[in-house]
Amino acid sequence: MLQTALLMLLVGVFAGTMGAILGIGGGMIVTPIVTLAMGLDIKYAIGASIIAVIATSSGSTIAFLKDDVLNLRVAMFLEIATTIGAIVGALLTGAFDPFILYILFGALLVFSSWNMYRKLHRGEEGLQKVTADKWAKKFKLNSSYYDKNLQKQIDYQVENVPQGFLIMLGAGLASGMLGIGSGAFKVMAMDGAMKMPLKPSSATSNLMMGVTAAASATVYFFNGSIRPDLAVPLALGILGGSALGSRIMQHLPSRIIRIIFIPILLYLGLQMILKGFGVAI
Amino acid sequence: MKETRKEMLEVEIIIGKIMRIGVLISALIMLLGFIMFLVTGHSGYPGDSFPTALLAIYHGILAFKPYALMMGGVYLLILTPILRVVISIYAFYKENDFLYVKITSLVLLILIISVIVGHK
Repeated sequence: MLQTALLMLLVGVFAGTMGAILGIGGGMIVTPIVTLAMGLDIKYAIGASIIAVIATSSGSTIAFLKDDVLNLRVAMFLEIATTIGAIVGALLTGAFDPFILYILFGALLVFSSWNMYRKLHRGEEGLQKVTADKWAKKFKLNSSYYDKNLQKQIDYQVENVPQGFLIMLGAGLASGMLGIGSGAFKVMAMDGAMKMPLKPSSATSNLMMGVTAAASATVYFFNGSIRPDLAVPLALGILGGSALGSRIMQHLPSRIIRIIFIPILLYLGLQMILKGFGVAI
Repeated sequence: MKETRKEMLEVEIIIGKIMRIGVLISALIMLLGFIMFLVTGHSGYPGDSFPTALLAIYHGILAFKPYALMMGGVYLLILTPILRVVISIYAFYKENDFLYVKITSLVLLILIISVIVGHK
C-alpha cells in the first residue's frame, strides 16, 4: 500500500514535470508504468492516466496563464473539435480488445517520436515566415508570447486552421479511446500544421488536454476505472511536478525540449507494442 | 491587435486566479484523504472497493472515510478544466468578445453532453 503510494507519487512528480514541459499529457508516461511495471489491467491505467492528464493540464495552466505563454483563443477554437472527438472515443473504448489498444497506443508513440526527430533535423526552431490564413484572422488566432529563454516578445501568425481542426478531431478521439491527452497530436496540429512556435503550442496543448480529458474522465470516474489509491498520489505528485515543469519549460531552448522527447517516446511506444504481442519487458 | 492583446491578458488573469483556487481546494481534499488513508491504513470501505457514485461519495465524506475524500478530491480535479471553460465565457463576455462567448459556450455545451453520456 505504502509502496504503491510512493511509486505513484514519484511517477507523478516526474510525469507532471515532463508533461508540463512538453505539452503532452502525463498519461503517456503513466499508462506504461501502471500496465508494465505494476501489471494492472489497462482499464485502471487508462483511468489513472486520464487523471494524470487533467492534473498536468490544470497544474501547468496556472503558470502558463500568469506568464501569458499560451493562446487561449486557439485553445477554445480547437476544443470544439477535441471535445466532440473525446465523447465518440470514450463510447468506443469497450468495443476494442486490449491488444488493439496496445498496438494503437504504441504506434502513436512511435509516430510522435519520428515526428519530433524530423522537426529537430530540419532545424526549424527559429521563426518562420508564416502568412495567417483567413480563418486565423476571422477567429483572431494570431498572438504573441514572451520567451524567457530568448528574453523577448515574439509575435506569431497562424495558418492551416482547417487542417489543425481536423487533426484535433483525431486527437480527441484518441484521448477518449486510450485515456491519453494525445498532446503529441495537439502539438503536431499547432506546431506542425498551424505553424505556431513550439512553446505556445506546448502550453496551449497543456491547457486543452485538460478539457479533452475531462470530457471522457466522467465516463471513467463513474464506471470505476479510476482507483483512488492510484489516482490520488499520482495527482498530488503531478500537481507539484507540473508547477515546476511549467516554470522550467519557459527557460529552456525549444530545441532541447525536442531532444529530450525523441528517445522517451520511441522507447515507450515500442514497449507498448511488444506488450500487445504478449512480450513483457 | 493591441486591444486584443490587452483583452487577452485580462481574460487570462481572471481565469488563472480561479483555476488556482479550484486546483488548491481539490488538492487539499485529496491530501487530507490520502494522509488519513496512510495513517489509519483503512480506506473506510470493504476490501478493494471504493465509491464511484456522487451520493455515496458525499455520504462517505460526511463520515470522513479516506476513500470518499480521495474520490471527492479527484472529482473536483476533473471539474477544474470544466470550471475553466465556464469562467472563460464570463471573461470573454466581460471583454465584449461575443464571438468567443459563442465558441466557448459551444465547448461547454459539448462538455455537458459528454458528462450526461458518462452517467449512462
